Amino acid sequence: MTGSPLDDESIPRDNGELVFEAPWQARALAVAVALVEKLGLPWDVFRHRLIDAIAEDPQRPYYESWGSALESMVVELELTTPSDLDAAAPTERTPL
Amino acid sequence: MSVDHHHPTDLAPVEARVAAIEAVLVEKGILDVDAVDSMVRTFEETLGPMNGAKVVARAWTDPAFKQRLLTDGTATIKALGFTGPEGDHMVVVENTPEVHNLVVCTLCSCYPWPVLGLPPSWYKSPAYRSRAVREPRKLLAEMGTVIEDHVEIRVWDSSAEARYLVLPMRPTGTGEMTEDQLAAVVTRDSMIGVRRL
Repeated sequence: MTGSPLDDESIPRDNGELVFEAPWQARALAVAVALVEKLGLPWDVFRHRLIDAIAEDPQRPYYESWGSALESMVVELELTTPSDLDAAAPTERTPL
Repeated sequence: MSVDHHHPTDLAPVEARVAAIEAVLVEKGILDVDAVDSMVRTFEETLGPMNGAKVVARAWTDPAFKQRLLTDGTATIKALGFTGPEGDHMVVVENTPEVHNLVVCTLCSCYPWPVLGLPPSWYKSPAYRSRAVREPRKLLAEMGTVIEDHVEIRVWDSSAEARYLVLPMRPTGTGEMTEDQLAAVVTRDSMIGVRRL
């Protein structure tokens, strides 16, 4: 992993484990929590979708299930549509 | 594996999707980037097992606090200054010589964020989530924690309504320690219940 940004010792660790394996995971988590708070919704609105996403594919990496749950929440709350998301998806990562 | 972060790199599908969700919500004025940044910092810097360790150390040294903590975890933890998302559903369960408590979230990853931060990866694994309920004694033994047969194991399944924190037993030989010194011996795993101190 030499040279990887994940080698950076400033990245928060939780009893020796990285809190996030990649920055997008932190964004996914924070968007879900901030959105639920902003809209004044109970956490269950997200949690039920997370449970479904995990059950759908138990071996899928956790934050992929999280991302899937987040998308289903924002679409079902009619905050956006899948085609809007297609249009907004970046194709490359912005330099850090 | 090396990533040159001075040049743009291809994104994984989920990474692009998450970026798109954030971009759309920000563009529509539903969320602002500062709020998301601030939430990331909260999880990276403010929330973590160092908070739970202070709660445990206080409970070990202040019997009245401990009583309040066990009766009303949410208010008592909040009064100590540990707040954060989903901090309104805190339940503290006490280990004793007769009872060992173990915390799991069988369906997803519910966890007491204000006092422990985000869960370790094994907490989210299908194996831990199912075996903690089905065969807790065997699972704990495999994780290096042998619970004697006469000790009852209570398994707590976390949910949106209840986020559990284990109050471990105070180790012997710590009678002279200050509250700060005690906080330093409390581990994350002991507050999930997969380790003893």
